[in-house]
Amino acid sequence: MKGGANPLVWIGGGAAALVLLLAFGTLAALALRAESASGLGPGDWAAIRFTLLQALISAALSVLLALPVARALARRHFPGKRLLTTLLGAPFILPVIVAVLGIVTIFGRRGLVNAALAALGLPPIEIYGLGGIVLAHVFFNLPLATRLFLQAHLSIPAEHFRLAAALGFSDRAVRRHLERPAIARVLPGAFVTILLLCLTSFAVALTLGGGPRATTIELAIYQAFTFDFDLGRAALLALVELALCAVAASSALAAGTAPEAAPSLVAAPWRPDGRSPAARIVDGGWILLAALFLLLPTGSIALGGLVHLADLPAAIWPALGRSLLVALAAMTLTLSLALGLAGLALALEGRWGRVIEGIGFLPLATSPMVLGAGLFILLFPTFPPRTLALPVTALVNGVMSLPFALRALLPEMRQIEADHGRLADALGLVGLARLRRLHLPLLARPLGFSAGLTAALSMGDLGVIALFATPTEATLPMQVQLLMASYRMGAASAAALVLLLASLALFWIFDRGGRAHARA
Amino acid sequence: MKTPLIAAGLALAFALSGQAEEKPVLKVYTYSSFASDWGPGPQIEKAFEKECGCDLQWVTAGDGAALLGRLRLEGEKTEADVVLGLDTNLIVRARETGLFARAPEAAAFDNLPIPWTDPDFLPFDWGYFAFVHDRNRLAKAPGSFRDLAAAPDDLRIVIEDPRSSTPGLGLLLWVKAVYGDKAAEIWRRLKPKIVTVTKGWSEAYGMFLEGEADMVLSYTTSPAYHINVEKDDSKAAAIFDEGHYMQIEVMGITRTSNRPELARRFVRFMLSDEAQAIIPVTNWMYPVRMPPEGLPRGFEQLVPREKAILLPPEEAARLRDAALAEWLAVMSE
Repeated sequence: MKGGANPLVWIGGGAAALVLLLAFGTLAALALRAESASGLGPGDWAAIRFTLLQALISAALSVLLALPVARALARRHFPGKRLLTTLLGAPFILPVIVAVLGIVTIFGRRGLVNAALAALGLPPIEIYGLGGIVLAHVFFNLPLATRLFLQAHLSIPAEHFRLAAALGFSDRAVRRHLERPAIARVLPGAFVTILLLCLTSFAVALTLGGGPRATTIELAIYQAFTFDFDLGRAALLALVELALCAVAASSALAAGTAPEAAPSLVAAPWRPDGRSPAARIVDGGWILLAALFLLLPTGSIALGGLVHLADLPAAIWPALGRSLLVALAAMTLTLSLALGLAGLALALEGRWGRVIEGIGFLPLATSPMVLGAGLFILLFPTFPPRTLALPVTALVNGVMSLPFALRALLPEMRQIEADHGRLADALGLVGLARLRRLHLPLLARPLGFSAGLTAALSMGDLGVIALFATPTEATLPMQVQLLMASYRMGAASAAALVLLLASLALFWIFDRGGRAHARA
Repeated sequence: MKTPLIAAGLALAFALSGQAEEKPVLKVYTYSSFASDWGPGPQIEKAFEKECGCDLQWVTAGDGAALLGRLRLEGEKTEADVVLGLDTNLIVRARETGLFARAPEAAAFDNLPIPWTDPDFLPFDWGYFAFVHDRNRLAKAPGSFRDLAAAPDDLRIVIEDPRSSTPGLGLLLWVKAVYGDKAAEIWRRLKPKIVTVTKGWSEAYGMFLEGEADMVLSYTTSPAYHINVEKDDSKAAAIFDEGHYMQIEVMGITRTSNRPELARRFVRFMLSDEAQAIIPVTNWMYPVRMPPEGLPRGFEQLVPREKAILLPPEEAARLRDAALAEWLAVMSE
């Protein structure tokens, strides 16, 4: 992406400014409204340590487990694989409260796993504690890590595999010379993304952590805001969260390896490795385990919803419409911002390119509570919160989804530049023409994936709408929570099923569209 | 691509608010489940609009604490005419904002077990905190905190976190009010039975219904929902000898309201027979005044009046932080 007259660079600059404004502007707004200056207490430091510990373990385990699952999915072909791959993504887009109940029905005291253990005469497992938090975070994030690694596998050129076969590479050699460089490109980014997602966890950590020992920074922020109305402390804690993010993101980006210069053809390649029966069994085992782990809780949620389908209230449908509108608007915004930021990062490269890439991570490290309250302070009373509820939600969801789109797009765009950059330069292909002629056709698959992912994510509640919307303009996730708050757990599970299906459908449509347009 | 759609949506919203301009608008801030399709909001709105010739608009925040937070963010510029859904634990801090005007005169609250004297806030419903269980899973429930503390550790309970939920704070003050200096000891003995502590009531109640705990911290009136809506008699509240801590939900009129007369009229309406009869079967709480037709099944008074516990607002505000620190210390041991 060379050339100063590149409009993408301007969009990228705007995107970076918007992210910075949302992350730091809201924080500053909150700090300025604080009535007193306050520091961090010993409880806060304990929360910071615990938050970091559980996030590091959760992210490491998610990434480690995703490696064999992604390889197995890349190597094996079986009927229904596409459907399975899509369904495996479901936990990532479930509303938190629904997912926690799903996990409990499988892994809880009266859950399926303990029933099976009891039948075998084995002692029950107790999930509450650090183990429960990690279990839940892996449940949420294994799908994301697996998808990012699967993308990496698919980006290994088919010629390389043919060459490896001709040279008689062993499975280990394929792993070392072909897989490892491809995975190394996405691994640091995937790790940091998941780390940051786990850093801002609150309800999951508290509920499955078994109590106050599992206090995270985000809970401390919530407490500072609602229990103590200590805006200064809320802002300070949010700043700590951002600082942790900065350290994590910069160390991961520093560890990132340089892109390989190789022709990139984006299609599922034929592979010479994993032909032995042992490899087949291992791959099959990983796919089966991942499917059981991810699909059982999701399945129990779906089943619970099906049973109560008759209780589904009519108010669900307008809420679904509003959620779809928000999701599509947010998706459009995310893709524009992500392409812009990626373009800017590539144009700058070097240290400033990394800074831009780091800014792309910021939304993940922003406290939803502080973002919502800060935006409220900035917008009120100039704009009535009521009329802004949906646009603000779309804006925030769009920006919050940016890191995922950027993770999927940036490595691919970097590869495309490495492969075809010089030729494009020689042809004088710059600016939007370069984007349209060179990047977009080759980006169809990651673009479709990003579009699907961000649309599905934006269907879920990212926590900000609660300060702005009233129940008369509630989105679907908000309706699920309101149903639960009115004892209607059955109807809530039916509404959650609708939400799950709608999110999966959105993901499926865009992801498929991307694959269909990918050039083989 | 979607900008025209959003613009159209905004235009529509403005057009709608323009139409409403003809009638006086009353803005009532409340917690979101009150104004949801399944709460009292829609029925209250319809009934009040029929008699006031005005447009009642709900503005919501998550729960009582979030509601006060939102009000403090808005400060003097708030559009709220009435704030409905704070509880007695929030009264002191709500008063400190200086945003509230004196409450209008109101006749006695014949269905409230304690006398009401607050000059700024009026109660509109109330309930007792209690541990709810399923009779099919737990035939004999403990009859006191002492029993619960002495019960075998395989009796499992789920509670809410006092830092993020009003029932959680209620339980904290309940134990403190009953056991004072010995509260830490009770918590130490309850701790092995606590499956987990949730962010809010919904997670806790959902986990209880899934069978993850034998008892959940909720209200004595929770079984009434199952009886009246699901025709399910299996849920019951355990009545404790030591008495039950109350949650009284209150409403107040803002000093900044442009329509104080209409606001007072709404507050009086909330205490009318019509509104008070809507409360029990939509908010699952006791009304402060007994409606002429009485109350549905499940609202029988199980707790004798003299066993109602409530720390005065100033006392609750004074004890809160120390009680929380004590609880956190025990629970993190």
